[in-house]
Amino acid sequence: MAIFQFTFMVNAYRAGTIVAVLAGALGWFMVLRRQSFAGHTLALVSFPGAAAAIFLGISVTIGYFAAAITAALVIAAVPRSLGGRARSSESAVIGTVQAFALACGALLVSLYGGFLSALTTNLLFGSLLGISASQVLVLLGAAVAALAALAGIARPLFFATVDPDVAEARGVRVRALSALFLVLLGCAAAEASQITGVLLVFALLVMPAAAAQRLTARPALSFVLTIAIALVTVWLALLLAYYSIYPVGFWLSTVGFGGFVLATGWRAWTDRPRPVAAEVTT
Amino acid sequence: MMKTATMVDAAVRFDRAAVALGGRTIWSDVSLTMRPGEFVAVLGPNGVGKSTLVKAALGLVPVSAGSVTVLGRPAGQAGREIGYLPQRRSFDQGLRVRGVDVVRLGSDGERWGVPVPWGPSRRAASHRIAEVIDLVGATGFAAMPIGQVSGGEQQRLLIAQALVRRPRLLVLDEPLDSLDLPSQVAVAALLSRICRDQGVAVMLVAHDVNPILPYLDRVAYLAHGGAACGTPGDVITSRTLTALYGTPIEVLRASDGRLVVVGEPEAPARHADRHAR
Repeated sequence: MAIFQFTFMVNAYRAGTIVAVLAGALGWFMVLRRQSFAGHTLALVSFPGAAAAIFLGISVTIGYFAAAITAALVIAAVPRSLGGRARSSESAVIGTVQAFALACGALLVSLYGGFLSALTTNLLFGSLLGISASQVLVLLGAAVAALAALAGIARPLFFATVDPDVAEARGVRVRALSALFLVLLGCAAAEASQITGVLLVFALLVMPAAAAQRLTARPALSFVLTIAIALVTVWLALLLAYYSIYPVGFWLSTVGFGGFVLATGWRAWTDRPRPVAAEVTT
Repeated sequence: MMKTATMVDAAVRFDRAAVALGGRTIWSDVSLTMRPGEFVAVLGPNGVGKSTLVKAALGLVPVSAGSVTVLGRPAGQAGREIGYLPQRRSFDQGLRVRGVDVVRLGSDGERWGVPVPWGPSRRAASHRIAEVIDLVGATGFAAMPIGQVSGGEQQRLLIAQALVRRPRLLVLDEPLDSLDLPSQVAVAALLSRICRDQGVAVMLVAHDVNPILPYLDRVAYLAHGGAACGTPGDVITSRTLTALYGTPIEVLRASDGRLVVVGEPEAPARHADRHAR
């Protein structure tokens, strides 16, 4: 195809594919765990992270990861009640972290506006032009490490997500798994931010998982579907962005949103109340 | 007709046990012997430490005095042979995970790694999972997302989850709480059937004894500080409960054989006793 004659498009497709798999996998657990707010915050803190990295003259990728992983550790350190479900205090802390991170980003933007303003839009809404071959390698390395860690904890993490009390009684380290998951989610958010921009990370973290979980209640199937939807979303969005004048973040979110609407509609149609024969047993 | 239970054949034995949390004694001097295959209820008003008693049996809370033995070993060392249902948890209505997946977690949920959906051990596990789902009568709704089935149906699936590994002791903390009355009766009957047919000892925490009383072999009544254990006919009497609560309590027998407890520190509770007739 003509678009692969350009190195930046090849890199964009490589990076997008890596990010789709990672964000899909972590997003699947995030949606199941109802931690979308945490995921959003981890993505938003990438903004001051990346801005600071640009200011300091170090790699933007390092800025994304350092900020997201630090924020993950802060959120994980929130003390939880014995039941492990102190959602309200957790979301209060997350909101505080998020607001502070955005404030730091705003400060950096206003202090070094002349230099940053050209980049601010890219940081917030994504870009496919700026991805270098070395950046792809960093993305790949981080993704492989994060996915390997996720594979190692997948089953107990699923247990701790669905049924935390029994998992704890069975000796699952619910708290430690939760912290580790947030760090992995931070990695995924940092990676996805570099493609989608920090504001549109949900296009890859939430939308594919939410759509897939509406389509099926089988965990393995919905996990695979999530990654498939994420891949299709990225590939299609990059194609549309290449042949149009609109930014890639817009296309990612629009394609993801379309998938989500279709899945929700399909679920509503399948679950519609039926007048008779409602008691179907297998 | 009390059989003497040795240390080895007791499913659960509390011997003058006490638990203190944060310097406060929750209860003390609790002695209780539960034989294999028995159906035992831990009763008492809210806040007296019924859940703590269960956690002491599971080894999740250390005893400050006395001893707790479970299946012939110190509490906390019988892990795989105990099925445990913590105080009622309900699943988010939007949770799109099937009941059968939740039951499956009872078989291998704490193992590291990714479940492999093929192979002989997977087939054996699936066979056992189908078996316990059938045992609790959940076959008709096990493939539905667990958030969308009723509370009583969720409770059946959770009992199946606790039974997957063929435990010798099933410990349930308030499993009937917040179920409607028909579901309470049905779940109590199911537990009794599991207890009799599968030879699983069942220890159940409740604050309403009515739905379970017909099935009970033994009760442990906890009140502030102390406990009384024995058959329902022995324990639910004026003398025992008066001594336990330290305030005059009368147990009356209605003409239909039901027991009525009068003067309990909390709201009066009525007990239908079909054992001691």
